[in-house]
Amino acid sequence: MPESAQTSVIGKPQPRIDGPFKVSGTAMYASDFHFPDLLYAVPIEATIANGKIQKLDAAAAERMPGVRAIFHRANIGKIFRSVMGKGMEGICIERRPPFEDDVIRYYGQYVALAVADTFELAKAAADAVRVTYSKEKPNVSPDLKAEDDPQVVATTYGPEHRLQSERGNPDAAFASAPVKLDQTYVTPSETHNPIELQGTTAIWDGQMLTLYEESQAIFNMRGVLAQMFGLPKESVRVITKFVGSGFGSKLWPWTHCPLAAAAARKLGKPVKLVLSRRMMFQTAGHRARTQQRMRLGATPAGKLVSLMQDYVYERSMLDDYHENCGEATAFHYSVPNLRVKFGRARRNIGSPSDMRGPGAVPGLYATESAMNELADQLKIDPVQFRVLNEPKIDESLGVPFSSRHLLECLQLGAEKFDWSKRTPEVGSMKRDGLTLGWGMATAAWVAARFAAEANIQLRDDGTTRIACGTQDIGTGTYTILAQLAAEKAGVTLDKVEVALGDTSLPEGPVSGGSMATASVIPAVLAAADDAIKSLLTVATTTPGSPFEKRKNDELAFESGRVFVKANGPASGVPFADLLRRADLRFVTGSGKSNATFGEEKKEKPKFSTHSYGCHFVEVTWQAEIARLRVNRVVSVMDAGRIINPLTGRNQIEGAVVMGIGMALFEHTAYDPQNGAPINSNVADYIMAVNADVPKLEVHFLDYPDKEINPLGARGIGEIGLAGIAAAITAATHHATGVRIRELPITIDKLI
Amino acid sequence: MKLFELSRADDPGQAIAAGAKATTAQQGADIRFIAGGTTLIDLMKLNVETPQKVVDVTHLPFGKIETLADGGLKIGAMVRNSELAYHPVVRKDYAVLSEAILSGASPQLRNMATTAGNLLQRTRCMYFRDTAMPCNKREPGSGCAAITGVNRSLAILGTSEHCIATNPSDMNVALAALEATIHIRGTKDEHSIPISDFHLLPGDTPQRETVLEPGDLIIHVTLPPPAPRSRSLYLKLRDRASYEFALASAAVVVTATGGKITRARVALGGVGTKPWRSPEAEAELTGQTATETVFQKAAEAALRDAKPQSQNRFKVELAKRCLVHALKLVTQTA
Repeated sequence: MPESAQTSVIGKPQPRIDGPFKVSGTAMYASDFHFPDLLYAVPIEATIANGKIQKLDAAAAERMPGVRAIFHRANIGKIFRSVMGKGMEGICIERRPPFEDDVIRYYGQYVALAVADTFELAKAAADAVRVTYSKEKPNVSPDLKAEDDPQVVATTYGPEHRLQSERGNPDAAFASAPVKLDQTYVTPSETHNPIELQGTTAIWDGQMLTLYEESQAIFNMRGVLAQMFGLPKESVRVITKFVGSGFGSKLWPWTHCPLAAAAARKLGKPVKLVLSRRMMFQTAGHRARTQQRMRLGATPAGKLVSLMQDYVYERSMLDDYHENCGEATAFHYSVPNLRVKFGRARRNIGSPSDMRGPGAVPGLYATESAMNELADQLKIDPVQFRVLNEPKIDESLGVPFSSRHLLECLQLGAEKFDWSKRTPEVGSMKRDGLTLGWGMATAAWVAARFAAEANIQLRDDGTTRIACGTQDIGTGTYTILAQLAAEKAGVTLDKVEVALGDTSLPEGPVSGGSMATASVIPAVLAAADDAIKSLLTVATTTPGSPFEKRKNDELAFESGRVFVKANGPASGVPFADLLRRADLRFVTGSGKSNATFGEEKKEKPKFSTHSYGCHFVEVTWQAEIARLRVNRVVSVMDAGRIINPLTGRNQIEGAVVMGIGMALFEHTAYDPQNGAPINSNVADYIMAVNADVPKLEVHFLDYPDKEINPLGARGIGEIGLAGIAAAITAATHHATGVRIRELPITIDKLI
Repeated sequence: MKLFELSRADDPGQAIAAGAKATTAQQGADIRFIAGGTTLIDLMKLNVETPQKVVDVTHLPFGKIETLADGGLKIGAMVRNSELAYHPVVRKDYAVLSEAILSGASPQLRNMATTAGNLLQRTRCMYFRDTAMPCNKREPGSGCAAITGVNRSLAILGTSEHCIATNPSDMNVALAALEATIHIRGTKDEHSIPISDFHLLPGDTPQRETVLEPGDLIIHVTLPPPAPRSRSLYLKLRDRASYEFALASAAVVVTATGGKITRARVALGGVGTKPWRSPEAEAELTGQTATETVFQKAAEAALRDAKPQSQNRFKVELAKRCLVHALKLVTQTA
């Protein structure tokens, strides 16, 4: 690959190529697709969280004008269960097919589905369905106690050892440690609130089930829906052209997907089902509440001797979503004695699911908060405390890190923030009549790849087309793919057509785990090389070609031109000329790359691969009116090579904004009596708004990690949210003297 | 949403005649006037309001702001919140009103919302807005789920064992401190009522929120002339920096001469079941020197009768701090 600074589009800030479609309203989101005879479906939500349906009376609703059907257990038709398949396929968190039995296990569980000619009629019909229940008191208690579980438990993603990691003798080392901390940290249930609601439009023509979805994983969606309807995979097509953010909520199919498909099957017409915001709080996943006991022991000089994390999280009554709070704990610091263990507590709630930085984000909130508290106890600067405990290798796996520059992140962050000016005493820093609080924390997030396939065409008009069945969930994947294709084909970005979001394309990776970019790179590079190989064959075999009778290996391809190596690139012929001479519209190449994540671990990896980072935060505190605001954030990320600094910075900034929400506002509140997530709207579920967002400064170290892919790019979608809440709670303590160990830091906790 | 019939009133008489056929002008009304619709449409979508008839009053001639001969101000019922907030006389003489309106909602909502509509703004209590929940305000006798439920944002003043719903309006709090008068035209006559008597305490009839009877149409609101040398201010405290209802707010109108408070009007928002005028706080302030100790005493007096619930005890302290700080700011600039 040519990496000359003049021509390369890799590593350059590139505006989104899909931006004009989005701002002009021509980008087609899933619910923008319309079809002749389209019907609209509205689910009926259970208004209890625990009990049984006694009677479902749809008679009045069925008689309403324009109503096509009220579906329920007796008439929806067969929906099969699904199981985990090979690789990233068959993942579904709520396995119970909708309407399978009459038992209600969480508030808002779908009990019926109204289908009518318009959305308004369907909603009116849904409201007219009368359901009576036998009701029992739901368990939505916020106090989580680990249930009696075996050592190895089944989870959504496969079996997990509850004892996640152990080394040395953590209990004895903790007992004899001269300085100790033993605290419990709580993170609340949080709800994803992408602006685009979830929804499915299903078309069933008797042969083929086509789903217009806002999926973060179209191939998994295809696999699950094929299982649920007993169809061969090739009879299901999933299309996702644009996604109005997902944050993990749109990774796996929820129960509305098979409902729309089942209604389309029964009625023989396309059916559109779009969730309400309230349903997004009830039936489409959320971040699990966690309770994490942290025990840390250290020497007076600040060397960690023991670290124990015992965490408990909520799960639903039937499903086993695993909130892996220990994801980063075992490798992040050097400590000879360590144990990470988890337990679970069933609640009458819709299943928790992946939410941006699942596991590591609540986990790092706890570990980083504990590190900050212990540093204060030791009277050691929290940055210095991290430096003192920086590991040389991944001590949990006993292997080196592929590329870890956390100390450089800390150094740069401290410098940009002016951290040396910090005075550690609580309330000691003032500006303009406000008390300042400065805090920091570090971040880590797994770096790996999913399997990916792609194909590339070089075309006779000098354009190129890249096709990969991945998704752009608003993160910039269209642009990244265009950059990769432009770079390899030697064309400008406007000469690249990108096709994604369709299961009829080569199988692309999930847009999750911050792995899409890292995963597509090797496949796209291989596809381009394959296309170039075909092009060279065309060049040497086409009668009249300037390269006729040359051997392929005498030729090279660079900057969109084919040339004889010996003569140099200046003598090159554009690929479009060669194709036209051969009367070819295009040559195609395909490439694929394997997964490093989610596959059976046959042998120990050679390297420990993660991204790292840190946040430095300033809050202002105005005690007389109990007003706390985040005033300044400096984030430094070691996330491999950054392919597009513009969309990259956008990812980190967005995550920091979400982190401000996590630290200060976000909390899904369950009504203690009836178990409803009661603040199920964007007025009562408080998130950060523009006025809460201060000046954000983002720096990338930009060290390529060649263990991940040839360009050295890791993912950046999630790491920005890791650690930020702990940095804000530390800054809050520095300003107010109040230690918040249960998020969010609402006003009531400060006065 | 239930099916409804929409008609347009071309003159006040038509609207009043149409409204008079309603069984009630309170919760459960089968006939509703609609202006900006920023509350009503929401609640109709949620089936909390289920009027069979909706009468559009946006064409009625109540869209003006006029200066009165006595130096006061007459604000038409149909004046949009954004127009009122940015009116030069309001900004100059009734700053508290402008600030209160601009602290709430969003520009889009303020462009739609009207003076009369804001006076009738319904509570944001989550249980009121969800028909699956018991709520004495929405369905008298069904119980109050908020008292045993999630009540962090709800009222601590003027509550009853039947209802703790907060009046969410910012504008109303400023109008209470400004001693506004509400002018109503009904089937029989035209009458006016001080804002302090316009909203009702929930008591055992929380479904009744105002004195309005079927056919009553708010036509305008008048403000007395600004008190000489007075200063006014609205301070709103909430979790995030924007677009959230108040956890506590204070509207203060104070005249201070040589450091001495000669006149004070105080109203609190976010804490009361109605816009909460505090004569107790006013009494503590009047005739006193503007010091923090005096402000503190006023705040204590204003919150003396507060009855916090399981999750909103903090509001007592927050409202005190809010009022003290508002008084500090308003007397600083005086």
